[in-house]
Amino acid sequence: MQVALSHFLVVAGLLLVVGIFGIFMNRKNIIIIMMSIELILLAANINFVAFSGALHDMVGQVFTMFVLTVAAAEAAIGLAILVIYFRNRGSIEVEDVTLMKG
Amino acid sequence: MIANLAFDLFSAILLGSAVMVVSSHNPVHSVLFLILCFINAAILFLMAGAEFLALVLVIVYVGAVAVLFMFVVMMLDVDFSELREGVQRYAPIGAAVGLVLFVEMAFVMVNWVIAPGAAGLRLLPAPGNMTNTAALGAVLYTNYIFLFQLAGAILLVAMIGAIVLTLRDRKRAKTQDIERQHSRMPADTLSMVKVSLGESAQLPTQKEEAL
Repeated sequence: MQVALSHFLVVAGLLLVVGIFGIFMNRKNIIIIMMSIELILLAANINFVAFSGALHDMVGQVFTMFVLTVAAAEAAIGLAILVIYFRNRGSIEVEDVTLMKG
Repeated sequence: MIANLAFDLFSAILLGSAVMVVSSHNPVHSVLFLILCFINAAILFLMAGAEFLALVLVIVYVGAVAVLFMFVVMMLDVDFSELREGVQRYAPIGAAVGLVLFVEMAFVMVNWVIAPGAAGLRLLPAPGNMTNTAALGAVLYTNYIFLFQLAGAILLVAMIGAIVLTLRDRKRAKTQDIERQHSRMPADTLSMVKVSLGESAQLPTQKEEAL
């Protein structure tokens, strides 16, 4: 790996911060919130891959594959829930989701 | 040197497009910037030596997940300007939390070392004589075969779940009702009519609509 490990870690950390900032900023728009979650998972993946490359260990890349799998499943289920929520309520405002009285 | 410059360029594009994802006014632009994010992250994966994962990121994320987001954004008729009302209110809180998080991570980043024994603790050292794809396949289908199957099961459950959630019973849809088909008797639906010469058949009044 030609680039130092710390550069990858700084980029991943900034990406994580941007993702969390996005969740706070778009409290109403759940589509943007889900995209922010994807960004956070991407930051985790960059960390895994960077450490895997720096330490010459394959486990990081294997784990990244599983993270990608779970992220894809999460996106599919989340968007399906979003579609039926929109069908029932006519909006996707998630700030006042109180149907389940949670 | 050139690798560092390329890394800086691509990571700058990555972070810039990430900022645009969370701050764009139009969700369609957000999805497009998310695609740009994934492509630049794939380039960073390439620079870290994970070729297979870089291409998986492009194929799976840009090809499937981002397109799924795009479908949902364009399919739902949502007034997105209404959803941006609270942004001014929440942006300072989000910025404060992000800043705290970043400062915490900066403290960690300033002074850290890889432990001297770390190289000995590796579970699966990367083999030097294989390509990245071959090395990944060699461990994924042997050491991690059960987790690999479990990942497939998770995807199957997610697929079935998404279909079950979004499938709705439209009244106009012509679906097959197997129970009704099986309980049908010939006597209920068939009748023999004798037609005399030169006349048309007089059908008896039907009790039940044909299936």
